[in-house]
Amino acid sequence: MEILMIFAVGIIFSVGTYLLLTKSMLRVILGVMLIAHGAHLMFLTLAGLKTGSPPLLGEEASSYADPLPQALILTAIVIGFGMTAFMLVLAYRTYKLHGTDNLDELRGTDDE
Amino acid sequence: MSTLHFVALAPFIAAIFIPAFYFLFRRVHTGWFVLPIPLVLFIYLFTYLPLGGEPMEAVQHSVPWVPSLDIFFTVYLDGLSLLFALLITGIGALVVLYSIYYIANKDGEPLHNFYVYLLMFMGAMLGVVLSDNLIVIYVFWELTSFASSLLIAYWFHKEKSRYGAQKSMLITVSGGFAMLAGFTLLYGMTGTFSLQEIISQAGAISAEPAFLAAMILVLAGAFTKSAQFPFHIWLPDAMEAPTPVSAYLHSATMVKAGIYLVARFTPVFGGEPQWFWIITSFGLFTLLWGSVSAVRQKDLKGILAFSTVSQLGLIMSLLGAGSAAVHFDVVEGESMATVAVMAAMLHLINHATFKGSLFMVVGIVDHETGTRDIRRLGGLMTIMPITFSISLIGIAAMAGLPPFNGFLSKEMFFEGMLHAAQFDVFNAQTFGWLFPIIAWTASVFTFLYCMIMLFRTFTGEHDPSKLEKEAHEAPIGMLISPIILAGLVILFGLFPNMLAYTIIEPSMQAVLPDLLGAGEQFYVNIYHWHGFNTALFMTLGVVFFGALLFVNMRRFEASAFYLGERDPLNWFYDSGMTGLISGAQSVDAVQMTGKLRHYFMFMMVFFSVTMSYILLSTNALVIDWANAGELSPYLVLVVAAMLVATVAIPFVSSRISAVVLIGVVGFIIALLFVVLRAPDLALTQLLVETVMVVLLLLVFYHLPEIRKENFKPAFKIGNFVVSIAVGAVVTITGLAVHAFRYDNAINPISDYFVENAYELAGGKNMVNVILVDFRGLDTLLEVLVLGIVAIAAVVLVKFKAKDGEDV
Amino acid sequence: MMKSRPIQFHVVTRITGFIILTFSIFLFFAGHNNPGGGFIGGLMTASALVLLYLSFDVQSIKKAIPFDYTQMIAVGLAISIITGIVGMFFGFPYLTQFFDYFQLPILGETELTTALPFDLGIYLVVVGFTMLTILTIAEDEA
Repeated sequence: MEILMIFAVGIIFSVGTYLLLTKSMLRVILGVMLIAHGAHLMFLTLAGLKTGSPPLLGEEASSYADPLPQALILTAIVIGFGMTAFMLVLAYRTYKLHGTDNLDELRGTDDE
Repeated sequence: MSTLHFVALAPFIAAIFIPAFYFLFRRVHTGWFVLPIPLVLFIYLFTYLPLGGEPMEAVQHSVPWVPSLDIFFTVYLDGLSLLFALLITGIGALVVLYSIYYIANKDGEPLHNFYVYLLMFMGAMLGVVLSDNLIVIYVFWELTSFASSLLIAYWFHKEKSRYGAQKSMLITVSGGFAMLAGFTLLYGMTGTFSLQEIISQAGAISAEPAFLAAMILVLAGAFTKSAQFPFHIWLPDAMEAPTPVSAYLHSATMVKAGIYLVARFTPVFGGEPQWFWIITSFGLFTLLWGSVSAVRQKDLKGILAFSTVSQLGLIMSLLGAGSAAVHFDVVEGESMATVAVMAAMLHLINHATFKGSLFMVVGIVDHETGTRDIRRLGGLMTIMPITFSISLIGIAAMAGLPPFNGFLSKEMFFEGMLHAAQFDVFNAQTFGWLFPIIAWTASVFTFLYCMIMLFRTFTGEHDPSKLEKEAHEAPIGMLISPIILAGLVILFGLFPNMLAYTIIEPSMQAVLPDLLGAGEQFYVNIYHWHGFNTALFMTLGVVFFGALLFVNMRRFEASAFYLGERDPLNWFYDSGMTGLISGAQSVDAVQMTGKLRHYFMFMMVFFSVTMSYILLSTNALVIDWANAGELSPYLVLVVAAMLVATVAIPFVSSRISAVVLIGVVGFIIALLFVVLRAPDLALTQLLVETVMVVLLLLVFYHLPEIRKENFKPAFKIGNFVVSIAVGAVVTITGLAVHAFRYDNAINPISDYFVENAYELAGGKNMVNVILVDFRGLDTLLEVLVLGIVAIAAVVLVKFKAKDGEDV
Repeated sequence: MMKSRPIQFHVVTRITGFIILTFSIFLFFAGHNNPGGGFIGGLMTASALVLLYLSFDVQSIKKAIPFDYTQMIAVGLAISIITGIVGMFFGFPYLTQFFDYFQLPILGETELTTALPFDLGIYLVVVGFTMLTILTIAEDEA
């Protein structure tokens, strides 16, 4: 299972990177989102899948899934959410102001 | 915290309040509020002087700062520190008094800036000389460079001020940085940052391979700060600072920090031939170079600047020669090498007094006539009699004439150099005979520029048409400080022994601690008349040849040597700066293309290359099939669906389908979280995905359709290769980590959370307990980020820029 | 956005919106022992509010729920930060959390923790952030 997941993560990263390298702002944002997804999955996978019950002590199981990566991923999801939201607003604003979402056309002036 | 800690910190604390005083009492010159600080500190430090002649006991107090890194704010006060601390506060008080009259309290003159910088410098300098911990010394050391640079650029509207400030900053700070590296090497050898502990290990570390490197690095710091050849080029340009600053920082105190450092480290490095040769030869060469260059200057402050360079070289060379004393025992050393250290300490004081007064006098001349150019000045003797008298005293002391204090130290300097030439250690016989010759030649030039300074300014024809103002004597307030200093020049000249046991003996004791047994002390006796010895004849020769050169100056006044003013070494600095900028620009041109894609590309390629290198070099290409959980067909199906959605995203060209696809990926991941025992994650992911879809729809509603990418095929292939490489590296890394985890039976730290979640935090949901309890600060900062993002979003959208402007 | 909305949509969102809101508050309190907590509760509240905004127009919602989301973020942050500081007065490191069990009327034995106000702060920030970001863009359409 872990091996399959790792390969899946690899594919997600590939697609995410490809989107990052394109010119369209929207695709770049989608790429960032995908890479974030990939990273979360990778984290969870490397902590070991399918060992024990959910990390709730109320379950009174003999072993639990590792709670620490889950806490980290939870933080990462929320931060990623904030990041993506910010990028979306930035894209929105940029488009409104400059009328293009092509990153090549958005280059600064040469003397910067 | 002891009182001594506050001595170093008091100026900083005062600096905080000075702007308030400036704005509250606009009519009173801010300097009056600053003046008590150095004065009180001086009086306090004065009480530490061993006035009874008993050996001085070092005072030490420690306050932990970063104990885990062996950084303690330890104040250590011995003779050497005390000597410097008294100079800093004493000259500081006089300079502040002088500046009150020099810088007028008119509108637009940012006096509060001036005094804040000055106090910052004072505190930093006190910190340097009072600290025992190398890191603390370094911090204060760089602060002095910083304050000095700010003060040079005080009149920052002048281009030359900015140039001088940048130059001094670059040279002294990079020297300081080298010094930090030297300190770190010393820490590596001794395991401590405490100077006194390092000194106690002095003999043991000299065999270490890094010993010489540490020595040279520390010396780089000292030489840049003390303007030793070839780093001296910043000092003449630093003369753009207001004259009180030049008098204080660039002659009396800051430039002596390098001297202090060398003196401090003499017990550590002193026994080594390299130390002896490097310091003595650099010092002597600086002395010669500075005195010859000073002759060429037309600006009074320029003369003083190069004179300072040369005098610093003199003190430096004395310390170098004196370091040989570590090799002799007391009886023999007293007559041979210790005289050099004694001369260094004496000249340190003398130089501060006569050079301080001369700088102030030049400031007065500048202030009252509007120029410092010796070609335009002349005949001021009758117009400014008091100024002239002070100058006469200061210049005579600088030239080394009796009965002023400069004569004493110059005699001792000759004597020290003559001794150094005869040392039977360090192969001093080889080139040692050069020492007295260079010293004597430099002194001739010193005498020459002294005469130029005095006669060109005060004698000859007075031509008011060349001056910007009508010359007249300065107000009395401005004259007080130079008069006090000139008085000290005479006083120390006539009664040198009042310095001998109070400060020179204790400071020698600090420089050469190993020469003394317990309870012993140096006995210093300074007197004018040594009999008809070599040193006296050397002085007579200096006077004779100096006067001869001055009389015959016309002969070389037209020569290229005399007409060129700028130090030829500046070429290296200036072309270095131009090269640095053009070099940075050419790197920028390649790297900073302004295309986001290129930046991503750099990062991705760098990441892939370094990661693959590490994986290959550690032989980590393994797949651990044994510990992989079994595949359930259901999960395989879910993952496959997710991958299909993922791979489809680059191919769709409608916004809505893209949103739907990314939503599908997100929701499937939420599903995976449910199956993979992570209910909290599943809930969060689900909700984030929901909100995100709304947000995406809102924004995409405004953005244009995703166009077909019209890349050239080559570029498309490039992108493709990079993305595949990144994916592959990530996969391989994941596999390697997975295998590593089971191979090494790693004990996860999360066991701690599993065991303690209920006991320590009273919660059963471990994930949440970690978030709010064990790692609460992370979570707090995370929501802080969210808050910032929200504010940024509001600003971005609601802030309406003017035409053509962007956020 | 669209001017005419079917009345059924209004009715359904009104009901589901408040069910979701109630559930989100339950999730928030459940957080210490069961899945839930500040983040999840906050996000769910936000999605309920988004649902309401989607079905009604911005003006009427503003009248019904008169929250200033900017202030909500500030208040949330303040609550979280202050919770952490309280422990420092008793000599504990910043953000040390405490808990104990109390007998309360009606509720019986209840666990009270300082993590709860901390979580409340997080909850408020998350709601404020989500709503503020979405509303800023939505309102800018004009």
